[in-house]
Amino acid sequence: MTGALSKVYFFLIGLFLAAPMIVVAGVSVNAKQTLAFPPKGFSLSWYGEIFLNPEWRNALFASLTLAILSAALAVAIALPLAWFLWRRIAPWANIFQLLGIAPFTLPPVITALGLLTFWATTGFYGQPWTAVVSHAIFFVTLPLVTLSLGFTAIDRSLVEAAATMGADDRTIFRTVVLPLILPYIVSGYAFAFVLSLNEYIVAYMTVGFTMETLPIKIFNALRYGYTPTMASVTILFVATAAVIFSLVARFGDLPKLLGAMSSDDT
Amino acid sequence: MRREAPQKLSDYGPLFFPAMMLTVFFVVPFATMIAVSFFQRQQGGFYVPAFELANYQRFLSLFFANVLGFSLMLAVTVAICCIVLAVPFTYLLTRMTRKVQIVWLVALLSVLSLSEVIIGFAWSTLFSRTAGITNLLVMAGIMSEAKALLPSFGAVLTGMVYQAFPYTVLVLYPALVRLDPTLTEAARTLGASPVKAFFTVVIPALRNTITATLIMVFIFALGSYLLPQLLGRPQHWTLSVLITDQAIYQSNMPFAAAMAVFLVLVTLGLVALTVLAGRKGEAA
Repeated sequence: MTGALSKVYFFLIGLFLAAPMIVVAGVSVNAKQTLAFPPKGFSLSWYGEIFLNPEWRNALFASLTLAILSAALAVAIALPLAWFLWRRIAPWANIFQLLGIAPFTLPPVITALGLLTFWATTGFYGQPWTAVVSHAIFFVTLPLVTLSLGFTAIDRSLVEAAATMGADDRTIFRTVVLPLILPYIVSGYAFAFVLSLNEYIVAYMTVGFTMETLPIKIFNALRYGYTPTMASVTILFVATAAVIFSLVARFGDLPKLLGAMSSDDT
Repeated sequence: MRREAPQKLSDYGPLFFPAMMLTVFFVVPFATMIAVSFFQRQQGGFYVPAFELANYQRFLSLFFANVLGFSLMLAVTVAICCIVLAVPFTYLLTRMTRKVQIVWLVALLSVLSLSEVIIGFAWSTLFSRTAGITNLLVMAGIMSEAKALLPSFGAVLTGMVYQAFPYTVLVLYPALVRLDPTLTEAARTLGASPVKAFFTVVIPALRNTITATLIMVFIFALGSYLLPQLLGRPQHWTLSVLITDQAIYQSNMPFAAAMAVFLVLVTLGLVALTVLAGRKGEAA
């Protein structure tokens, strides 16, 4: 009885989560440029449109570039910080951990507005690279949390053994720590990458008038009405996220990653 | 290896780059925003350094009080809906095999990472007249004619619960996954039904976790800025929408900054409450 009840409950939650995506997948294969569900006719041309229409292709390219670079920068900030906090006793340095987590915990509009005033004041407003820096700061929380978790899993005696043999910090890091921490670097990068791909407000406030990322492009297109390409882009994004998180789960321990991730988050 | 305090200056080496980046691109912008909130607005969207409280005085209007009241009410409603849905869901999820858990976690992460633009677009399609669920009801003969379900408060609420539900589950997950299974087993052995065991043993054991999660989801919902625009009417606009509107379209940076500072204070106050709730939980 209870088993059946929980199955029904899971089915309903699953339906709630999937319903909008089912409808969007349906409208994305409409033969004509109409918003209709169930779809009238079948065509995959709206998926082709993402790559053939220069506006959508440029937006896709901008989003991908931004996500690849900003996730890399986020990891570059998080890795030495997490390493230092694990390697040394320096309680005051925890303030930087707090600073790394703050942008993600506060409502996003605050980080976005802070960066907007900053870029406007320094005169760099609208430059594409400012979006990379902005996203890296906004999402540094994710690699920071996965990496802090990764470091706590390293057996300190390994590092001690290396140190006894005469290795300096640099050598220890390269030969002992880096191979052990690599899966956490990859998952931290993956989280930051997917979220950067989907991020709207920080990108909009920093480079919204000079560069169109895909979420900005969708929002701008929505104002002028409906075009089926929005639907195909949406499905492309959902599929990308699902594939990336499945890969993280395939090569890492997802439940563990999330078990500690959220508790560190608070 | 013993962890040591840094001895030489070079021991601080790894800290240099992260500290510089976070200071220059987070602390300084944050300080800039606070400074701008006291600046004076000029005609044409510019502002000059000044120290005036006029931007903050504008809060004391009925319009602003309404927006703030609505934002808080909406965020609370979203948080409560999410907790009610997510606590039993997460509890049951943690009792499943690891394989099944991973499938659900991947699905939840995929929904969580979705852009608000995409969530807004997907729900506006689902609630639309031509492609919405009402068409299914018409087909089933329950309704006579398809109609649009948006813009409406219900649409905003649904969209925001959709956005916040995966977040709620992922925040609850660590606490529930570590919950001692012998607790419920004991209750079951003593003759409680699974449902009764859930309400009399699991829920009380998680009281502090639930309170903390409620506050975190509340803050998360407070940050929503596109869904109220895409799914609601102007009276459903939240503080986040208003901040964006003032900053971008009204070119009133000082006022936008003042509202943002206010939002930070509200959020920090709530974070402090969360920490307090957590402390109490440890002591108990």
